[in-house]
Amino acid sequence: MNIKINGESRDLGDLDLRTPLLWVLRDELNLVGAKYGCGISQCGACTILVNSVAVKSCSYPVGSVGDADVTTIEGLADSDGELTAVQKAWIDLDVAQCGYCQSGQVMAAEALLRAIPNPSDDQIDQAMASNICRCGTYIRIRDAVKSAANELATDVGGGA
Amino acid sequence: MTSLNYDGIAEIVDTITSSREELNNASTPLRIVKLDRRQFLKMTGAVGGGLMLSFSAPKAIANKDTGAFQPNGYVKIDSSGIVLYAKNPEIGQGVKTSLPMIVAEELDAAWEDVTVEQSRIDQAAYGMQFAGGSTAIPMNWTALRRAGATARSMLVKAAANRWNVSVDALTTESSEVIHGSSGRRATYLELANEAAALDVPNGDSVPLKDPSDFHILGRRVTGVDNEALVRGEPLFGIDQTVPGMKYAVCQKCAAIGGTVKSANLEDIKKMSGIVDAFVLEGNDNAGELLPGVAVVADSTWAALEAKRALNIEWEETGASTDSWSDAINEAERLRHEPGPRVVDIGNVDTAFANSVKQASGFYRYAFASHAQLEPQNCTASFSDGKLELWAPTQTPGAAIMSAARIVGIQPTNVTLHQKRCGGGFGRRLYNDFVCEAAAIAKHVGVPVKLQWTREDDMAYDLYRAGGFHQMHGSVDENGKITGWRNRFITFTNDGNRPVSGGGISPGVFPGGLLENIRVEQTALEWKNRCAAWRAPGSNVFAFVVGSFLHELAHIAGRDHLEVLLEVLGEPRQLGPRGMHTGRAAGVVELAAEKAGWGRELEEGRGMGVAFYYSHAGHIAEVADVSVSEDKKVKVHKVTVAADVGPIVNLSGAENQVQGSVVDGISTMFDLAVSFENGRVQQTNFDKYSMMRMPSAPEIDVHFVRSDYPPTGLGEPAFPPLAPAVYNAIFAATGQRARTMPISEEGFTLA
Ligand code: FES
Ligand code: FES
Repeated sequence: MNIKINGESRDLGDLDLRTPLLWVLRDELNLVGAKYGCGISQCGACTILVNSVAVKSCSYPVGSVGDADVTTIEGLADSDGELTAVQKAWIDLDVAQCGYCQSGQVMAAEALLRAIPNPSDDQIDQAMASNICRCGTYIRIRDAVKSAANELATDVGGGA
Repeated sequence: MTSLNYDGIAEIVDTITSSREELNNASTPLRIVKLDRRQFLKMTGAVGGGLMLSFSAPKAIANKDTGAFQPNGYVKIDSSGIVLYAKNPEIGQGVKTSLPMIVAEELDAAWEDVTVEQSRIDQAAYGMQFAGGSTAIPMNWTALRRAGATARSMLVKAAANRWNVSVDALTTESSEVIHGSSGRRATYLELANEAAALDVPNGDSVPLKDPSDFHILGRRVTGVDNEALVRGEPLFGIDQTVPGMKYAVCQKCAAIGGTVKSANLEDIKKMSGIVDAFVLEGNDNAGELLPGVAVVADSTWAALEAKRALNIEWEETGASTDSWSDAINEAERLRHEPGPRVVDIGNVDTAFANSVKQASGFYRYAFASHAQLEPQNCTASFSDGKLELWAPTQTPGAAIMSAARIVGIQPTNVTLHQKRCGGGFGRRLYNDFVCEAAAIAKHVGVPVKLQWTREDDMAYDLYRAGGFHQMHGSVDENGKITGWRNRFITFTNDGNRPVSGGGISPGVFPGGLLENIRVEQTALEWKNRCAAWRAPGSNVFAFVVGSFLHELAHIAGRDHLEVLLEVLGEPRQLGPRGMHTGRAAGVVELAAEKAGWGRELEEGRGMGVAFYYSHAGHIAEVADVSVSEDKKVKVHKVTVAADVGPIVNLSGAENQVQGSVVDGISTMFDLAVSFENGRVQQTNFDKYSMMRMPSAPEIDVHFVRSDYPPTGLGEPAFPPLAPAVYNAIFAATGQRARTMPISEEGFTLA
């Protein structure tokens, strides 16, 4: 079986199709950015993108991927290693405490901004509500999403 | 079976907190109540006063062979750059950034020039290496300043030798030594070789900076691992891989103390991807190795599938039958009876008899789980009598000792690689998961990564104990508080002393502040393990005493703020480790002022204030809430004033306070662990629901930045949150809630 991850086709051999994508990423492909937190779609630590939509990889069987594009946090930066506006905002605003949830938070924020480039506060809260931060960094996450949205808006404006 | 012992669990916190306020008083009388048999035993709790920590000075290890300049364990400079070593585990408290900042400050390096690496675990060289008790900054402040200053003085000496000038003619700035009069400059990198050839001076004699010259400390610095985090690089224990590694899981008995009678091991071994399945014997120490069935597989998923297919018959004689509902019933009965006195100052009976008004209230809080987001895991490799561990632990030194005992080797034959921890909150002070990994690795003879599921993590936590307080107090005709009685019902694991965080000490607020105080303490026997949880003791006592103070202010018909300041009284230091009432009043006044205390609020809206002193931090919080008719609570804003001395990393410090406030709200509204027939009822996050972003309030943080020695911030901003919000809810509704989580009284978080 082959799946497309971060722009590359990866051969997975004859893997059990029910295996959650999370464990395929972590154990088979050595992409450990997505984290295990609960295994039951509650915490969002395992969030990745499937065709730009945020998905909880702990509850997403690898057999469901088909020919969709899977993006993990390792695949966000461009080929020169340049980080996205979301990733930069996370560093600039020093969002993380333990950092364990933050891969999932970053991916949820990426999905939000791809769908709604200029979200309202309420849209940010609702989109990010599927991700738990046990350390309680919500205020910084909220600020970082806004800051990334502004950055993207400025970029677009500058080019117009 | 032999019954479990709990040796060492409480001692870990003793070691860390020394004789802080969480610890029990020596020779405190403690009544132990057996829940199942209702048998009363009078006992004297043999409670040590706590061990003092020693911090050995950094050893000089100037490396003249490699050419790298390494005057101590914290600094290494060579032509490729400046590396600073972070000595303590990073669990989210920010020490991997803040501790090296202290070194960089005295080194006079430009922060941008510095690379930070986690140091090796070597307590002979680094002194105690652990994360706990909000101690990293206070314990390491001076030693790290000296480490940086020592390195700087050697670089200056190297430049003086090179240019043949006096060291007094030289200054440093941004990783360079400068000879002002000639304009000559040399970078630290250029000087490293020459500096490495010099003798290391005595760190005590090198001059330290005047704090007014600090240019790194007090600044906002982003965490050193932030870029690696957003790139998804492997930093955490769970990300570890080693060549030839297999994946392990372990199923333990749902009731702690249960042992394996039989299991379908042969069926399991036939499943695809399974390397081995076997019974793991426990070592009878509840804090080390619990018995269970271990499964080792080619992948995590194969191991998890096999775990689900396990069919184990358990021997539960002597296993836990703990029942939270029984405990509630027992406490309900005991609250009407006097218990042994832990504190008896003045005469509360006379105070009550002579008072004008009295109030009483029965407070209760549930057990809570640490729920650090990264479930327990550890990678272990055992071969040739040597054990290698990759562990996300808060206490690597203790982990080495325990794991060595488990596999039967000397601690010197154990190497532990410290991994970043996905949260700690006290859970990773205890190394049961490290012991389990070590035992499994020894049995199978190949390296294994042990992975606990979230269900394992919830079921085998060392919980924050629940508790009960029957409070009674009085005020005189001037509305002054005259008497205070706290009848406390707690839990004991070892039948000897209260569980860690469940013992009240004379210093607990308002100890030392009121003339007539009595604290009584009774412990219910309990088998499920209880231990330190962020701000042990304080995390629950603050809720009770901070709320009850407001109850007394209310019956006196007085403003809570005014009564709180009156109780604090004249500025003074209460004992060597006690609070300073002047610093306390300072933060109370600052928080009140910034929050606009006393202003008119609309119907259904209220403000509450609370102060608590813990982990040497003086913190006041004011909560501003609205409560709807159907008891939905919107926390609009929390204003925090904190006096923890000078601030090391402003961004990190604020983050800790914001996180503590969010954790506080999350915990007080919804978080409860309950037990029936020894089994934890909350198996995963669907039944243990932490706060999510839409409920996060505005948080306004103010630091006093006093000249006192700096103290830690991982914990002390947590305790005052709950009483501030409970008091605000009372102000908004006139309803006094006395149960935590407050959802058990019908209040929900909007
Ligand atoms: S691990 Fe997937 S949602 Fe928690
Ligand atoms: S930063 Fe620790 S869980 Fe979010």
